[in-house]
Amino acid sequence: MIQLTINNKKISVEPGTTILEAAKQNGINIPTLCYMEGVHKFGSCRICSVEVVGARTLQVACMAEVRDGMVVYTNSKKVLKARKVLYQLMLSDHSKNCLSCNRNQSCELQQLGETLGVMETRFDTGSAREQIDISPSITRDLSKCILCRRCVTVCKGVQGVGILDAQNRGFDSLIAPAMDHSINDAKCAFCGQCTVVCPVGALKETDHITRVWEAINNSEKRVIFQPAPAVRVALGEMFGYPVGTSVTGKMAAAIRELGVDDVFDTNWAADLTILEEGTEFLGRAIDVLSGKKAVLPLITSCSPGWIKYIESYYPQLTPNLSTCKSPHMMLGVMTKTYYAEKIKFEPEKIYTVSIMPCTAKKFEISREEMENRGIRNVDAVLTTRELGQMIKQAGIDFRNLAEGLFDDPLGQSTGAADIFGVTGGVMEAAIRTVYAIITGRELPFDNLHVTPIVGLDQIKDATLKFENVLPEYKMFEGFEVKIAVTSGLAGAKILMDQIVAGTSPYHFIEVMGCPSGCICGGGQPRSDDPDVRMKRLKAMYSEDEAKTLRQSHHNPSISAVYKDYLGKPCGHLSHELLHTHYFDRSKDNEE
Amino acid sequence: MNQTKQIPHNLPEDHAQKLAQIEAVIAKYEAKPSNLIMVLHAAQGIYGYLPYVVQKFVADKMIMAVSEVSGVVTFYSFFSTKPKGKHTILVCMGTACYVRGGKKLVEGLQKHLNVDVADTTEDGKFTLSIARCIGACGLAPALMVDDTVFKSVNPKRLESVLSKY
Repeated sequence: MIQLTINNKKISVEPGTTILEAAKQNGINIPTLCYMEGVHKFGSCRICSVEVVGARTLQVACMAEVRDGMVVYTNSKKVLKARKVLYQLMLSDHSKNCLSCNRNQSCELQQLGETLGVMETRFDTGSAREQIDISPSITRDLSKCILCRRCVTVCKGVQGVGILDAQNRGFDSLIAPAMDHSINDAKCAFCGQCTVVCPVGALKETDHITRVWEAINNSEKRVIFQPAPAVRVALGEMFGYPVGTSVTGKMAAAIRELGVDDVFDTNWAADLTILEEGTEFLGRAIDVLSGKKAVLPLITSCSPGWIKYIESYYPQLTPNLSTCKSPHMMLGVMTKTYYAEKIKFEPEKIYTVSIMPCTAKKFEISREEMENRGIRNVDAVLTTRELGQMIKQAGIDFRNLAEGLFDDPLGQSTGAADIFGVTGGVMEAAIRTVYAIITGRELPFDNLHVTPIVGLDQIKDATLKFENVLPEYKMFEGFEVKIAVTSGLAGAKILMDQIVAGTSPYHFIEVMGCPSGCICGGGQPRSDDPDVRMKRLKAMYSEDEAKTLRQSHHNPSISAVYKDYLGKPCGHLSHELLHTHYFDRSKDNEE
Repeated sequence: MNQTKQIPHNLPEDHAQKLAQIEAVIAKYEAKPSNLIMVLHAAQGIYGYLPYVVQKFVADKMIMAVSEVSGVVTFYSFFSTKPKGKHTILVCMGTACYVRGGKKLVEGLQKHLNVDVADTTEDGKFTLSIARCIGACGLAPALMVDDTVFKSVNPKRLESVLSKY
């Protein structure tokens, strides 16, 4: 153990601890800005500077490790003065439009100013950077960037993509794609993880609130909302609920109060996806088992950030992707075909809005092929954060709302659909149904959970053996299906490299573009709770376990839609409406 | 959205050949990211400058993000992302030259050549750049054209200096 003194308090900590961690463990709070526990330790903002007796200069507490006999002051006159100057220097070229900034009152820079007690702007150089870069998913406003490099760490370090990095030097420095190209020209997956970690208003989702209000206020439009599974376990955080609180009922009620005509549930389409994707997997597996050619492993296609990534970096593997559209696109097309016909309403006048924990979904709806019969599948995508903002704008008292319900017929779902929002969930939902189809029995696991693929590890895998199968699936007798699950693009890269090298042992792979899956997607509320991932994960599985029906093929409204409209899974109409195709985006278009 | 744009770039005739040479340099440096600056130095020597296509090539071969390579290229003033002219004019803006009128030389050249600093004339003849000190303080204000130093340059003399080229 290392003995040291912080603010005249004698403490002892493990070797390798930083001054910041040592102080925190002993109840001393050192202000930070760029630091992100366990993720970003870079020392770029220098706000956590402390005085170490004997050191020539102030030390950065997030980087400097403790030494035996060290004497540290975290709040001496010198330290407090230095922090103020550092802060004022950061403000010197920062946009002063705080009142009209999307991050007003949720800005970490603003909060820090209050903590430090900065009451004046000493330096004003004008803005060093003026660029505003709007892509379908992400909007960058460089006049607000403080060069903390958190986004660089998540993009390059966590996701392994590396679209953003520091360019130029000195006053001309900026965080941008190579050669200051626009993010739309760089091969960005639009996962939006950078928008979650940005402490200021420099990186955010591209606004869809404006167009959604317009649609709601247009009396000719029938506006349909559908929230994704992961939205319900995070939206509450924007209204003061503890992390990991499910607010499904209040969310449905709040959406209705916004003036929306139909409140459907993306979960419904998640069940539909399982029927389509499960059938697709069975088809490919049967072909392989009976000696025919088919492309395996099958890879899930629900995560549009992941889709853009594979199209950009592994285009040769797009035949491995399931051809299923993502659930909200399936629901979108069903609102404008099946539902429009059912209620005898002109599909052109239906305006479908998806509430997503995701920024990549905004790009997804803009893809050319995402339309049927000349009508776009989905018209707008709001992130969870944007829905929270709209509820606040509308003056809805969220906490005191009575629990609401989703509308029929596209609002009913099983527990299998809930877990679509968390890493491992799509695979578990698929396995529940595929196992039942092949054997005629329920998955023989405790609470239907495929335990090896539950949890937050980067890559998880499992093997499942089929025994005593139904006669029509006799080719599966004794077959061991090998499945793998990953979340985050760095994990996806590992599994894709295995396929390219021909060493992948898997038959079926689930990929979600964001680490931990949609629960921590790029459109989710920002949280400083270190256990946010586990808490939201538990909330997702609780939603599942609380349902009576927990397997997609048991959803009666899905059975009804096949009977009345679609025919059979992967049938002709399914292919027209619910399936898609992919593009090679590997060619560089940055020039 | 789905069709990638064609890269509108006038590649030199020996583009492929030069990339092959750069690839050999990368192999010599074992494609180690810590050797990036040496690789870029050599690449600029081979290609003349470091346009996006070259940065991308280096990034792919060294298994690095192109944003990181570009970060290094744009950080160091030695690296250029634009083609250089036939001759490079380097105006000294070190302390001694600056106080004796280095800035006037830069302004005079900008006007005369109709270019900004770090740019190349339309005919590709001259590239205008500045240096923080060329170590010829006794000759201030000084400028260099390629390897030749011109001492105590008066803005009025610029035309006669350039006429030598």
